[in-house]
Amino acid sequence: MTRLYGPKGWALIALMGLALFVAFPILSLQVPGDSPWHVSQYWVTLVGKIMCYAIVALAMDLIWGYAGILSLGHGLFFALGGYAMGMYLMRQIGREGQYQSDLPDFMVFLDWKDYPWHWWNTDQFWWALLLVVLVPGLLALVFGFFAFRSRVKGVYFSIITQALTFAAMLAFFRNAMGFGGNNGFTDFKRILGLPITTPETRMVLFAFTGLTLILTLLLARWIVTSKFGRVLTAIRDAETRVAFCGYNTVHYKLAIFVLSAVICGIAGALYVPQVGIINPSEMSPANSIEIAIWVAVGGRGSLAGAIIGAGAVNGAKSFFTQVFPEYWLYALGLIFILVTLFLPRGIVGLIAGIREKLK
Amino acid sequence: MSSSPLPANEGGAFGHLAGEGVDVTHGVVLYLEDISVSFDGFQALNKLSLSIDVGELRCVIGPNGAGKTTMMDVITGKTRPDEGSAFFGQTIDLTKLSEAEIAHAGIGRKFQKPTIFEYLTVFENLELAMKADKRVRKSLFSVLDSHQRDSIAETLKTIRLSESADRVAGLLSHGQKQWLEIGMLLMQEPRLLLLDEPVAGMSDEETERTGELFLSLAGRHSLVVVEHDMAFIARIARKVTVLHEGSVLAEGPMSEVQSDPKVIEVYLGR
Repeated sequence: MTRLYGPKGWALIALMGLALFVAFPILSLQVPGDSPWHVSQYWVTLVGKIMCYAIVALAMDLIWGYAGILSLGHGLFFALGGYAMGMYLMRQIGREGQYQSDLPDFMVFLDWKDYPWHWWNTDQFWWALLLVVLVPGLLALVFGFFAFRSRVKGVYFSIITQALTFAAMLAFFRNAMGFGGNNGFTDFKRILGLPITTPETRMVLFAFTGLTLILTLLLARWIVTSKFGRVLTAIRDAETRVAFCGYNTVHYKLAIFVLSAVICGIAGALYVPQVGIINPSEMSPANSIEIAIWVAVGGRGSLAGAIIGAGAVNGAKSFFTQVFPEYWLYALGLIFILVTLFLPRGIVGLIAGIREKLK
Repeated sequence: MSSSPLPANEGGAFGHLAGEGVDVTHGVVLYLEDISVSFDGFQALNKLSLSIDVGELRCVIGPNGAGKTTMMDVITGKTRPDEGSAFFGQTIDLTKLSEAEIAHAGIGRKFQKPTIFEYLTVFENLELAMKADKRVRKSLFSVLDSHQRDSIAETLKTIRLSESADRVAGLLSHGQKQWLEIGMLLMQEPRLLLLDEPVAGMSDEETERTGELFLSLAGRHSLVVVEHDMAFIARIARKVTVLHEGSVLAEGPMSEVQSDPKVIEVYLGR
């Protein structure tokens, strides 16, 4: 326990747990809607969404901040987890679709008579959970094996991961893939038989997301404080030297890449029922780049930084897209340039710098 | 030599991987015999023969292009000789092993430019280099036992970095980084250490302390030091080998070698 965090760190995590599992549910469900203390559904969804992004940022920080491998395809793993959950949610609609068929509307529209093979067993929740973990994990394993074995490094690795997510997006756009084409999946009705849009269900999803975020943080912390984590940092700084010390660096890079992909998949699976939609635009190259920006803004190589970065950038995003919707991308670009130029260690580095000056 | 031969492998290992131990029953840790290497017609090594005793500290000097680095490359498996044989102990044929296998067998090499893990502490640098099971799962659950902590503490003392154990390695001085790298080699428990220009870029004081360090390592390890700094060589050398045009020109105590007319000609005639 003490290896992971000191008393201050644990206190902060407890505070986070208190806010997510006590304060939020009470303020949202118990406090009446006309009270100034009431937390609206908008905020529950927004914070829930940002927590999903924070989980992704942690996964990104593990591979980029610690192991020095900039993957620009993490949006794909997130989307795959989301699609796996989305398939289950589509099956939960039952006959309540527009065409009142056993099949999802888009399949009826395509005049399909039965589910394609890859929809097998997707009406089972446990199967969906398995897919959420296995699909991103296996893809990362196979892709990473060939990339790392061929010693694809640095910017080349970033580019081929961008190409991977772009190719996947084009494939998912096609109706014949059986994933709803460019509309993806939406209009979900139920999860585990419970209506998905009620405040209570949303709060449960919110709490699960919060729990996953905290567990991911602890897992990541456990990893980076282990010898395994130190080997990752060493690989980032001097890979040939690590190999010379007798470590098989391909295995290490592969292990963290697969773990990172699986975490993204889980985040995607939590994201889709809360946001209510998944479509191929989640796989667009820009989305994956944005993940890297969250981590850069928060501070590479700091787990707290990843969470702070995801929160800060997405908080700014929801503000901008309401007030000046057309300027958000300019603002994002500007944030990235400013952070790169003036805050190489991100927000966390800025705070550490201020603290040092105060001493 | 000062030290007695260390216990050898029982039952003689005839395979090219002699397991844990190096067979040094004859008191010799490295044999090079008639090694020749040429690159595009340039004869880098020409029938070079050399043997290093257990616990010996050997200095190798020679003008540029004499073949010093190529010799190190042959020993560590980076370059394959065209002819000749290279044995580690009695049984390990170095010309048939990969670089990693040679490193595992017990030959550590320090390159000119120090490469350490800049963002880890001095202690962590040594921890990662330590001889251990280095597979992913073992690393995840690895906890240092007291024996391993002692061994790191001992190495820290040897390389005079005990005070800096918790400092980030990137903040060390150039000389300290060189020492840390030597410490990392020591953690791998090598029988033979190859050191390529270890005092390049060091201050006079650091050079002196490095000399003391090498003298203290000799006996427990065998060392081969390649260096240009003649004053440094004069301070630490017991036996010096002079290379010239890919073969041994002279060998013996420093004073003898320095007065050898052939050596004087090679060095002054440049």
